[in-house]
Amino acid sequence: MPVNDRTNVPALTVSGVSKVYHVRGRDRKTVAAVNDVSFTVAPGAAVGLVGASGSGKSTLAKMITGSERPTGGEITFGEVAVGRLRAGGLRRYHHQVQMVFQDPYGALNPLHTVEYTVMRPVQNFLGLSAAHARERVAELLETVGLTPASQFAPKLPHQLSGGQRQRVLIARALGSDPELIVADEPVSMLDVSLRAGVLKLLAELRRQRGLSLLYITHDLLSARLVTDEILVLNSGQVVERGPTKQVLQHPQHGYTIQLLDAVANPFVASRGGLGGSAPHDSAAQAGSPANGRGSK
Amino acid sequence: MALLEARGVNVAYEPNRGQRIWSVRDVDVVLEQGEFVGLVGESGCGKTTLGYALTRMLPPPARLTGGSIVFDGVDIASLSGEQLRRQRRNGFALVLQSGMNALNPVRSIGKQFGDVLKAHARPGDDVSGEGIRRRGAELLESVRLDGGVLSRFPHELSGGMRQRVSIALALALQPRMIVFDEPTTALDVIVQQAVIQTIKDLQAERGFTAVLISHDLGVVLEATDRVMVMYAGRIVEDQPARVMAHGRHHPYTEALLSCYGDPRADVVEIGGIPGSPPDLSQPNRGCSFAPRCPVAEDICRSADPPLSALAPGRAACHVRARAGQVEMEASHAG
Repeated sequence: MPVNDRTNVPALTVSGVSKVYHVRGRDRKTVAAVNDVSFTVAPGAAVGLVGASGSGKSTLAKMITGSERPTGGEITFGEVAVGRLRAGGLRRYHHQVQMVFQDPYGALNPLHTVEYTVMRPVQNFLGLSAAHARERVAELLETVGLTPASQFAPKLPHQLSGGQRQRVLIARALGSDPELIVADEPVSMLDVSLRAGVLKLLAELRRQRGLSLLYITHDLLSARLVTDEILVLNSGQVVERGPTKQVLQHPQHGYTIQLLDAVANPFVASRGGLGGSAPHDSAAQAGSPANGRGSK
Repeated sequence: MALLEARGVNVAYEPNRGQRIWSVRDVDVVLEQGEFVGLVGESGCGKTTLGYALTRMLPPPARLTGGSIVFDGVDIASLSGEQLRRQRRNGFALVLQSGMNALNPVRSIGKQFGDVLKAHARPGDDVSGEGIRRRGAELLESVRLDGGVLSRFPHELSGGMRQRVSIALALALQPRMIVFDEPTTALDVIVQQAVIQTIKDLQAERGFTAVLISHDLGVVLEATDRVMVMYAGRIVEDQPARVMAHGRHHPYTEALLSCYGDPRADVVEIGGIPGSPPDLSQPNRGCSFAPRCPVAEDICRSADPPLSALAPGRAACHVRARAGQVEMEASHAG
């Protein structure tokens, strides 16, 4: 049950965004983690950013959520220029934009109960009284499938499974009643048996609450399940984009094909579909994780 | 004779006095020389614990509480100390999940090769600086890394490179069996595929017996000849990899398979497995999968099914055992 009405949800616009890191050392190397990326997440849309490690997808997420600043280009959410936000502005921005992190084991304070964790954003952003906040937390826990809420509220993270922790993280992200959720590999640390449940939850939240979703992953199967549109990133650049189903069924770029071929699929594997040799770990060959992107 | 024959292996964790978690229960495993076997299951099913037990690497509070593990004619379950250490050379090795944590962060890769080669040196082995450099470079080359990596430190290497170094270290003593514990879980898909391919190539070239432990049935089916599925500390299914995706199975394996899909298909839907695995600190009655099983019957809740023949493999399921053989789907027959 959304608190805001969604008649006027802003779009996220990323235009020509770059992020160049300076590597310490005498030779003043720079690494372009993200290079001239543009896209829009329309209200209620679900966009996927896919790519392997080092493709720049998490750096983009950090810039979109305001924890890093772009070195070029601009990110706007409605009227808000994200790159220029300072403390107070960022706080208001996080009311609307929340993030779900990859590691459900590392992203929860082990000393705080589920109720406390989810209550913080509810109190901080919505300013509800303790009693109302508690009710709201119970609603949120029910929304993410942690039922009965009264049973889960007093638990500590170590008493929960990975899938349950990820649901707590989603409930926490929903706590401020955001308009956009940025989910960075939310299921990659979960057992396959738990992934479907979390992915269905994300899809449902989007439908019921009109949330926009920016879904970041290297897993094309999960991208197919929750997004309508994807951008394939390689070495900080968008190499292919389009409607998810179309891109995956008719990939044009070699890198997209390589990602598709690397999906471990039991049905394909057992048909002998993976004959021939795999591409080599090119970073390993060249000896540098930032292969090909460094420049003096 | 099989290379490894383990019978009735039991492992319990005893974190506190009076507390026991039965992590591996009455497991029988027979591995032939040169076989490539996968071990899959959800977190906490005991697959890593079993892998550690087979290589006698269990860390306390885990304890091998029963069973025999006959490796090349010697029961390694009853050995300890120096006798056990001697068996490791040309015997069995373990590659750990995270290459980062398995390597010593303050020693160069070359020194770490030196540590292994010197610790297990026999009279006549060349363990001079030059001898170790030469051998280290050879081993690195076998895992498709440049010899220059010898002078590097672990933090200077990418995740895929570190995992390759761990594999090269495991090869150093020319083991006849290597257990790979989730060797690619921390890596992204493309690097994962390349590392798995290297493991496959090495196994084919050198003919060691390999056990690949993974939570990812897709990865295991791609790489191995035979797949064992574990649930709640027991092996519930054991089938050749080529029939795994298309045969009839233990209902748990079926549920695991339903969690996968082809991202290119016209309609993509994946299933999950409702509920969670049982608490292994409690004694179980009946089949441990019964509470989550869609086909469970009364007998499933009262008697634990044995791992019995289910052509062409084995499965521990009352319902499937009655139905008889694994029936190949018509689509696969053609």
